Amino acid sequence: MSAEAMSHSTAGQGHDDHGHHAPLKPFLLRMFTTTNHKDIGTMYLVFALLMLLCGGLAAMVIRAELMYPGMQLVQPDFFNQMTTVHGLLMVFGAIMPAFTGFANWMVPMMIGAPDMALPRLNNFSFWLLPFAFAILIGSVVMSVLGMGSAPNFGWTFYAPLSTTYGPASTDFFIFSVHLMGISSILGAINVVVTIFNLRAPGMTLMKMPLFVWTWLITAFLLIAVMPVLAGVVTMMLTDRHFGTSFFDAAGGGDPVMFQHIFWFFGHPEVYIMILPSFGIVSAIIPVFARKQLFGYPSMVYATASIALLSFVVWAHHMFTTGLPLAGSLFYMYMTMLISVPTGVKVFNWVATMWRGSMTFEVPMLFALAFVVLFTIGGFSGLMLAITPADYQYQDTYFVVAHFHYVLVTGSLFAIFAGAYYWLPKWSGHMFNTKLAQMHFWSSLLSVNLLFFPMHFVGLAGMPRRYADYSMQFADLNFWISIGGFWFGASQLFFLAVLFTIKRQPKASANPWEAQEGLEWTLPSPAPYHSFTQPPEIK
Amino acid sequence: MRSSVIVRLLLAVPLLFMSPLLLASSSWDMTPGVTDISSQVFHLHRTILYVCIAIGLGVFGMMFWSILHHRKSKGAVAAHFHESTMVEIIWTVIPFIILIGMAIPATRVLVAMNDTSDSSMTVRVTGSQWKWNYEYLTYDDDKSVGVSFFSVLSTPREQYERQGKGFGASNLPDFKAHPNYLLEVDKPLVIPSGQKIRFLITADDVIHAWWVPDFALKRDAVPGFVNEIWVDVPVGKEGIYRGRCAELCGKDHAFMPIVVEVKTKADFKQWLAGAKVQAEADAKAAAASVDYKYPSIDVAMKEGEAVYVARCAACHQVSGAGLPPMFPALKGSKIAVEKAHLQDHIDIILNGKNAMPGWKAILTPREMAAVTTYERNAWGNATGDLVQPSEFAK
Repeated sequence: MSAEAMSHSTAGQGHDDHGHHAPLKPFLLRMFTTTNHKDIGTMYLVFALLMLLCGGLAAMVIRAELMYPGMQLVQPDFFNQMTTVHGLLMVFGAIMPAFTGFANWMVPMMIGAPDMALPRLNNFSFWLLPFAFAILIGSVVMSVLGMGSAPNFGWTFYAPLSTTYGPASTDFFIFSVHLMGISSILGAINVVVTIFNLRAPGMTLMKMPLFVWTWLITAFLLIAVMPVLAGVVTMMLTDRHFGTSFFDAAGGGDPVMFQHIFWFFGHPEVYIMILPSFGIVSAIIPVFARKQLFGYPSMVYATASIALLSFVVWAHHMFTTGLPLAGSLFYMYMTMLISVPTGVKVFNWVATMWRGSMTFEVPMLFALAFVVLFTIGGFSGLMLAITPADYQYQDTYFVVAHFHYVLVTGSLFAIFAGAYYWLPKWSGHMFNTKLAQMHFWSSLLSVNLLFFPMHFVGLAGMPRRYADYSMQFADLNFWISIGGFWFGASQLFFLAVLFTIKRQPKASANPWEAQEGLEWTLPSPAPYHSFTQPPEIK
Repeated sequence: MRSSVIVRLLLAVPLLFMSPLLLASSSWDMTPGVTDISSQVFHLHRTILYVCIAIGLGVFGMMFWSILHHRKSKGAVAAHFHESTMVEIIWTVIPFIILIGMAIPATRVLVAMNDTSDSSMTVRVTGSQWKWNYEYLTYDDDKSVGVSFFSVLSTPREQYERQGKGFGASNLPDFKAHPNYLLEVDKPLVIPSGQKIRFLITADDVIHAWWVPDFALKRDAVPGFVNEIWVDVPVGKEGIYRGRCAELCGKDHAFMPIVVEVKTKADFKQWLAGAKVQAEADAKAAAASVDYKYPSIDVAMKEGEAVYVARCAACHQVSGAGLPPMFPALKGSKIAVEKAHLQDHIDIILNGKNAMPGWKAILTPREMAAVTTYERNAWGNATGDLVQPSEFAK
């Protein structure tokens, strides 16, 4: 392959910059200029891992402060900065780029394409991210050095705390969010164009793997709502500096309107962070149950209906803002309705396992944990939908428990499942099974010690984003913190898996004996250009 | 072999929760509260919880049955089915019916919660960084009650500001002296039992949320807008109920609790009469304090320090160093040190500036004069200025 690539590179110099001559360039230049979907996918995944570690560090500060009552370590304002950057780094820096990394690697391979449809755009959309996050993390570094506060208004940056009362670094934050938004939109456009134009002959829409389907729908959600996020931060900017009063009642504006606009973005956003994980889990379970996915068409329709419903439930984040009765009822009913298609998915996964012939390799372990723990997050979501009860849950640790179950044991576990599932294809090596199993069991136990008691402290009345708490929450918070440190340390096993992978045995083309999936027809590691000839679709 | 280790580990998890701190018997569930509404909310919560647990047991039961019995190591051979229209219709329709069963009682409770008509008393609740203001507007036939006060955390600052004094069990707040640590205020809101009380919730600066779990009341306090909620505490449930701010409102979000004291109607009337007398006396004293003249800097400094610690130190810090750039230092600041800026200093104390609130509605001229004198002479700001209450006549 390399000889072929070399000859291509001499022939194609000048216009064909798709990375044939990759090995000839110095590493950094290659990273900057690459237009290859695998290089870019790898960069997205490595970047997401870095951000996961940074966001994790912020979480460790939070948990250390909350381990004992009394302000033990940091100032309350710095605590607020930590909750803010933890949320922003995890949502925009870890989960979303990780899924874009998966899309880059897997979508072309799964639909029988040579690469993404818009390779230069692909490069650009990745390289916006390091700059966006350098700005955001820069404001934290400045804060630590005593040069002013980092964003301290929560990842939801409600006005007027983030406008009239925001620190100077809010402008960094606004610029940073703009860059992240542009990156996401460009990445999403690329996914849509690739899926619609580069499918191999015979790969009809209803033959596409569910991962491709879920990402197609996710991409449409991104294109629909990232401009709304850009709009709301721009309105903040003009409120802060150009005399407008979009969110200031004194000038005829409305702080609650901020929340409506934010959550019109924010609710579809949470589905952006979960739909691709549905795709990953739907790829993994059939392979290790040795049985075809149950109800493929209903999986597609359920994903689409979840996406559509996600546009009409945003105000369930705002039940306590004083919505009119009719509004509260509408958003309660719509939110409850989402549990129907979500339930269909869970039932389909269980039906796929039913009377299968299961084995429990590490990708399957993470996928099974996903099904159970994501469903627990779904149950608490259903509880939160009940408006009168939500008045008691709103803004407590019950909400924190809920969204960490769907985002950590949901999205993040699916990302780990997918990483272990496709690592042999990406690297050409099997991973160290012992280390990976340690990673799984250690993460599974610690994550539940970390997040399950949060349900209890929330129900008992501890509000979220509290730097200090009253006596009755002390016992549980101690153990939550222990769970937090343990879960953080558990991720070192994952790093160990990655750093040792080159020393592991080589992987065959189809190491998991998958019955379906074009990616398994390619050798491991996958060639630089996935399918130079369109594969035959059965 | 391995599975037995895992089972043992799982059994150990509940034991882990028996903390070494053993501070208090903590509740692990939502409170049923003390009102009719709060108990309905509690029952909705328990119902939906049981529904979820039942569905969860069913789904996870099926899944774990599969995991145990349909495994390759037990010789299971995969079946070939991958769809069944009938099954798929059933598991779409049944959840839908369960949801309708849940939506009906939830709607009923929600409608009741929204009915703020026929209240006996109206109290305006205003959140500001980081205190609550309670203003009694009307009570029965009295259309202008005219009692209003601020309610501020009364746990001493040194109890919770423990940074740099060690970490952990050796550095805990004194819970014996402060069993209601972070849940105690200087002046609680007082309301009567057996009467419907309407609250008008609003805010001065950023969004706060007024939450008393025992009443199942939580509503955002939005600057420039007014939200309505109500409570009717049954006779016999008099007592003290504690709550918290539930919307991130800046650095001291965790330090602005809510305390509500529910009295019998007779006791409340007595309290209100006393509060009215006190309010009139306070207004008179405030007006008279303009004419007070501090005999010496020392007297003003002593009074000023008390006001400063209570009102100003949250932002500008006890040390006067502030938390720049959001909360500027007063120590060595131009405004607090230079003679030319004395009038600016007085204006800022009266009317506020940027994020700083004005104090003329809250402090008396004497208190404002004392705190100004204090700020101009503490922490090495040795101006020697003695500012008199007459400067704050407005």
